[in-house]
Amino acid sequence: MSSAGSQVPILQVRGITKRFPGVIANQDVSLTVAPGQIVGLLGENGAGKSTLVKMIYGLYEPDEGEIIIKGSSVKLSGPRDAIRRGIGMVHQHFQLVPVFTVAENVILGDEPHRSVFINMKKATQEVARLSEQFGLAVDVNAKVEGLAVGAKQRVEILKALYRRADILIMDEPTAVLTPQETDELLKVMRGFADNGVSVIFITHKLREVLAVADTIEVLRDGKVVGTTTPGKTDQAGLAQMMVGRSVLLTVNKKPAEPGAVVLDVQGLTVATDLGLPAVRGVDFQVRAGEILGIAGVEGNGQRELVEALTGLRHCTAARMSVSGKSTLGQSPHAIHAMGVGHVPEDREKDGLVGPYSIADNLVLNRFDEPEFSSRGVRNRSAVNALATELVSEYDVRTPSIATTAESLSGGNKQKVVIARELASNPELLIASQPTRGVDVGSIEFIHSRIVAARDRGAAVLLVSAELDEVLGLADRVSVMYDGRLVAEMASADVDRASIGRLMAGGDVQQ
Amino acid sequence: MRARYAYVLTIIISSFILLAYVLDETRTVSVLSFSLRYAVPLILAAMVGIICERSGVINIGIEGQMLMSAFAGFFGAALTGNLIIGTMIGVGTGMIMGAFLATGAVTWKMDQIIAGTIINILATGLTSFFYAQGYVLPAITPQLRVPGLADIPLIGPVFFDNGLFTYAAILAAFVLWILLFKTIWGLRTRAVGEMPGSADTSGVNVQRMRFLNVTFAGALAGLAGAYLSIEAASNFDRGMTAGRGFTALAIMIFGAWNPIGAMAAALFFGLANGLASQLQTDEVIDIPPQFINMLPYVLTIVLLAIVSGRIKPPAAVGKPYEKE
Repeated sequence: MSSAGSQVPILQVRGITKRFPGVIANQDVSLTVAPGQIVGLLGENGAGKSTLVKMIYGLYEPDEGEIIIKGSSVKLSGPRDAIRRGIGMVHQHFQLVPVFTVAENVILGDEPHRSVFINMKKATQEVARLSEQFGLAVDVNAKVEGLAVGAKQRVEILKALYRRADILIMDEPTAVLTPQETDELLKVMRGFADNGVSVIFITHKLREVLAVADTIEVLRDGKVVGTTTPGKTDQAGLAQMMVGRSVLLTVNKKPAEPGAVVLDVQGLTVATDLGLPAVRGVDFQVRAGEILGIAGVEGNGQRELVEALTGLRHCTAARMSVSGKSTLGQSPHAIHAMGVGHVPEDREKDGLVGPYSIADNLVLNRFDEPEFSSRGVRNRSAVNALATELVSEYDVRTPSIATTAESLSGGNKQKVVIARELASNPELLIASQPTRGVDVGSIEFIHSRIVAARDRGAAVLLVSAELDEVLGLADRVSVMYDGRLVAEMASADVDRASIGRLMAGGDVQQ
Repeated sequence: MRARYAYVLTIIISSFILLAYVLDETRTVSVLSFSLRYAVPLILAAMVGIICERSGVINIGIEGQMLMSAFAGFFGAALTGNLIIGTMIGVGTGMIMGAFLATGAVTWKMDQIIAGTIINILATGLTSFFYAQGYVLPAITPQLRVPGLADIPLIGPVFFDNGLFTYAAILAAFVLWILLFKTIWGLRTRAVGEMPGSADTSGVNVQRMRFLNVTFAGALAGLAGAYLSIEAASNFDRGMTAGRGFTALAIMIFGAWNPIGAMAAALFFGLANGLASQLQTDEVIDIPPQFINMLPYVLTIVLLAIVSGRIKPPAAVGKPYEKE
């Protein structure tokens, strides 16, 4: 750990307030970063972490307060200004041009040139040098669209370093990484600190912030509610600060009581959009009253598997049935009618219709059933009654059921999707990344709902890239790698290290 | 894969042309010259489309931009008695129309299709309303015979003995290719059209870049329009662009948003038309002229049906840029 505390701060934020119509995103927030220090910025979604760093990066202008960079108070006119002052940002959603090469992406906006022409040779050399210096392995001439997620992130980091950033803001950098890649990244971050580069590390993963940060700032409802160091607190303490109450970090559940086979899949093969094999013949069963968790790094066929099971993607299989009825070749609507609920991995794109009201979104899968419409005319009052009931039962924080779904926060959007899919008491629930981008409080709630559905007798297929989630929630665990299910075990028998190896394509015994 | 198809197609067409040249020199040169003249406005207009779409803005108003410029260029030249001033008025009109689209589609973040459609409707209306008969150009456009090069058999008379606009169009394609793929402007333009968020966070001013590109692309639409009325027809006619602005968009797609590719596609288009009309004059085939005149449109539909879906447009095209 560095002894950075005594030095002159490289960045100071003093009494910053930022208001948006109807909300105060940041209220009187102060923050100090010393050279070579790693500051963990912890908070739930909507706590104001992103707003704060966007002001530091010049994307927003603060309403009150000041930002002091290297001793001088600044008024940033935009990212360009922030970059000039040595601030770099690694965005959560990669801001990379897919069809450009790594080198082109890195130099964009600050190109080495001879008159108007780009000096591509100098660019490649410079990027390769940086990549070596900071241990960020990447092929500088490769196109970004073909890179794995971890490599794309390294390009984002290189982009900031190329601009000589000495304050690096990293927005949820580990959200997309495997456990191994995460450990690797934490090491790289430590390396930055040793090279005098300060890091602001935004996350809601308690384990990581405790592992790497020098100091931890906790935000809640736009305010700094605590400043601490890893030595002085633990996961439970941080979670309590974040949420404002004590939180169950582990899922509370009884042992499963598996019943009859609900989902039965034999020899399922699915192709990607490009026609390449995505799922290469998998067999599995999920019984009533149990949760089968599928772990694995994203892009190993999980999405195609879920889309095939829910009728969204063409597939071939020897058998694919729900409670004995074949779902092969059935439409998504027909499969839903057989008692299958689906929580899609991308709620914005596949889970909700953004401009529709919450009420309409809550009946998206059943709006045409007699309960909600007759002879083609919708029964508004029945829809509204159901929506009012579900909004309160699932604790969706919204001013009204008429509010559009797109205006909700991530956690509340997800609660709407979960509420809709569980409202019809499905025999089988297929939940893909059910808590992605969702705050700690909502995660706890969503997990308890999934367990409740299991206890009611539903079969649950859980697909998640969050290893902790799979291990905590599932009764049986399987790992998907390169289109195959490579192992299956009771979740009680699993240890993180061996499953991490399976996720990376190794085997358990290594 | 695609590149290989392009090579094969080029080789087949070239050998076909060579064979024709050996058999009948005069006719071949005449067909090819016709083809090139036909291609000139298409090349220029396709460049307009490429600049705009590479920046993320759909320009469906090229047709209207050309028509307005053809009108302004012709009457400018006729009234001032000077072809150069007329051409400059045409180019200036194109830029104004470009700025018009930029204001709607970029500054006001209007639906880009609607903004372009407004230009088309406006151009048809204005040019028809103010159209007057009885004006003539003071001269015909000077031809430039490039010494030496023009004496090369086949290539010489076709490519190096033309009006000035023709050279401008060919030059524009090559220059634009260099600009797009070798310069800072090109990298930033493509970034703005593919992933404006990335350009913005890298310090590129997305709105400014788009506005300027769409405006300056209008100048090329102006040149295309001026070509039609000043060099090609020596006259202005109502609706004389006859869908070339839309055909150019098809050519842009067929050329994969690449200036050289689009130029090749435009030449191929020209060749198909040149061939058809020669066969018609020679009475080799006896098809009513209406069908021959349909050829460019039918070809557009067929090519787009084959090609679209296989070529990826710039990812952010058609989407006004909103900061998150």
